[in-house]
Amino acid sequence: MLDIKNVRKTFNKNTINEKKALNGIDLHLNEGDFVTVIGGNGAGKSTMLNMIAGVYPIDSGKIQIDEINISRDPEYKRAKYIGRVFQDPMLGTAAGMEIQENMALAYRRGQGRGLAWGIRTSEKSYYYEALKKLGLGLQDRMTNKVGLLSGGQRQALTLLMATLKKPKLLLLDEHTAALDPKTAKKVLEITQEIVEEQNLTTLMITHNMKDAIQIGNRLVMMHEGRIIYDVSGEEKKKLEVEDLLKKFEEASGEEFSNDRMILAK
Amino acid sequence: MSGLLVSLQDAVVQGVLWGIMVLGVYITYKLLDIADLTVDGSFAMGGCVCAVMILNFHVDPWVSLGVAAAAGMAAGAVTGLLHTIFEIPAILAGILTQIGLWSINLRIMGGKSNVPLLKTDTIMSKFIAATGLSKQAAAMIIGIGIAIVMISFLYWFFGTEIGSAMRATGNNQAMIRAQGVNTNWTKLLALTISNGLVGLSGGLVCQSQKYADIGMGTGAIVIGLAAIVIGDVLMGKLRSFASKLISAVVGSVIYFVIRAMVLRMGMDANDMKLLSAAIVAVALCVPVMMNKWRIKKSYTEGGE
Ligand SMILES: Nc1ncnc2c1ncn2[C@@H]1O[C@H](COP(=O)(O)OP(=O)(O)O)[C@@H](O)[C@H]1O
Ligand SMILES: [Mg+2]
Repeated sequence: MLDIKNVRKTFNKNTINEKKALNGIDLHLNEGDFVTVIGGNGAGKSTMLNMIAGVYPIDSGKIQIDEINISRDPEYKRAKYIGRVFQDPMLGTAAGMEIQENMALAYRRGQGRGLAWGIRTSEKSYYYEALKKLGLGLQDRMTNKVGLLSGGQRQALTLLMATLKKPKLLLLDEHTAALDPKTAKKVLEITQEIVEEQNLTTLMITHNMKDAIQIGNRLVMMHEGRIIYDVSGEEKKKLEVEDLLKKFEEASGEEFSNDRMILAK
Repeated sequence: MSGLLVSLQDAVVQGVLWGIMVLGVYITYKLLDIADLTVDGSFAMGGCVCAVMILNFHVDPWVSLGVAAAAGMAAGAVTGLLHTIFEIPAILAGILTQIGLWSINLRIMGGKSNVPLLKTDTIMSKFIAATGLSKQAAAMIIGIGIAIVMISFLYWFFGTEIGSAMRATGNNQAMIRAQGVNTNWTKLLALTISNGLVGLSGGLVCQSQKYADIGMGTGAIVIGLAAIVIGDVLMGKLRSFASKLISAVVGSVIYFVIRAMVLRMGMDANDMKLLSAAIVAVALCVPVMMNKWRIKKSYTEGGE
């Protein structure tokens, strides 16, 4: 489904700030894979997702979705295949526009946009039902500006928007990290429901090791721009947080150095 | 007293005709969050093109108006390309186009800095001939008519798929790119449409004052911003998009009425630009200062 071959990215090449963010990433995802991604700060997790989404061009390598080579497509063209939720709840929605307008924008992801009306009356009942399923009462506030919503509500809405039109690939970059624990739990539950219901192929970065183990069918660990551990199926289900820490020390020869992760143990 | 009345009526007419330009500024400044300085040049360009079309090429005044709008759109597109493809900051891209337009506008007018339209037909004179209305009434009806048409057009356009994508571009570029929209395209289109309105307004003002002048657009952007600020103060409580657009034109009318009054009170016409700049500067400063003051006030030593 998703095929990443030897992808490399160096930021600020040939300057004093040169930073090798991705050092040859190889990753193959099967249809319906739900992969959690963990790793220390600066391991290159976000960069990997940004490269798949086309936020920056890659230096070398190849990215394919369903045999289509998207390595050199601009971000807005790849959006046809990819739904995304960012870490910052402010990034995923247009604050000055209505909830239903945001959904209408997302419903047209990857389609040509013309002079047809931006939101048709017939769509609204579909949005109403979709919002109702979130269980946050947003279905009764469809004409409210998104700027009036809380971070958690905005993140849940972004998630809904990313999947309103079924994406081939869903990219989640620590999308619950900025939320309080209770809200984070709720958004994570919604995530699992949606992914399961639509059988979405998903890459989810998380800083919570327990979540990384419990959620999804596969787990990859990154370090210094490489994937250093890749586990799935029964083996993944049996993992303990301690195992992950040990794996990390083995592969990197360092202590795990992510404060947030240690806390999440 | 009747002198005052006439000058106020003149001011209202001017306000409506310049109001079309303010609609253009509204698109870039309020919807796209870009301060587009092309405006000074594209406004003059609209006027110069219109005058030359009518005088030298004997083109129908209405058609000339259309050409003025098209010229403005071309100017906006240049700024748009500089800003999107070549990633020049919007303010600088606008300045570059504006400066370049000065020379182009002079060339359009055959090297003269002023082209009078003394004996030729204009849309106003034709309308007067057809209806027998007074000069002011004719200009007013035409101005309000065109303003209504343009506001309706913008209201429709920003409700369409492209228009919505454009509004989202002004809100949050990362978001709308993730939804598959090429934000370079939406920005380019917005600058083009905006300056089309500005060029149209320049053509209207030229025909109403019966001359085009190389300097007729100088400071237009500040007039536009001041009018938006005034409209916002007066009608900011109204939330619908249509009322926002109407408030831009109303703000323009109020601006020109204020101008007429302070001029009558003996202010030097050359000081008007200072007053406009001060209005805009104060309007931009007030929210910032309020915020700083609020933060300062809410500070407590040692908590609670
Ligand atoms: N746009 C950028 N410009 C320069 N350096 C960057 C940029 N994005 C990420 N980096 C660097 O690349 C490395 C990997 O970053 P990132 O992918 O954000 O890590 P993670 O998400 O795993 O914490 C870090 O050293 C970071 O500073
Ligand atoms: Mg990250």
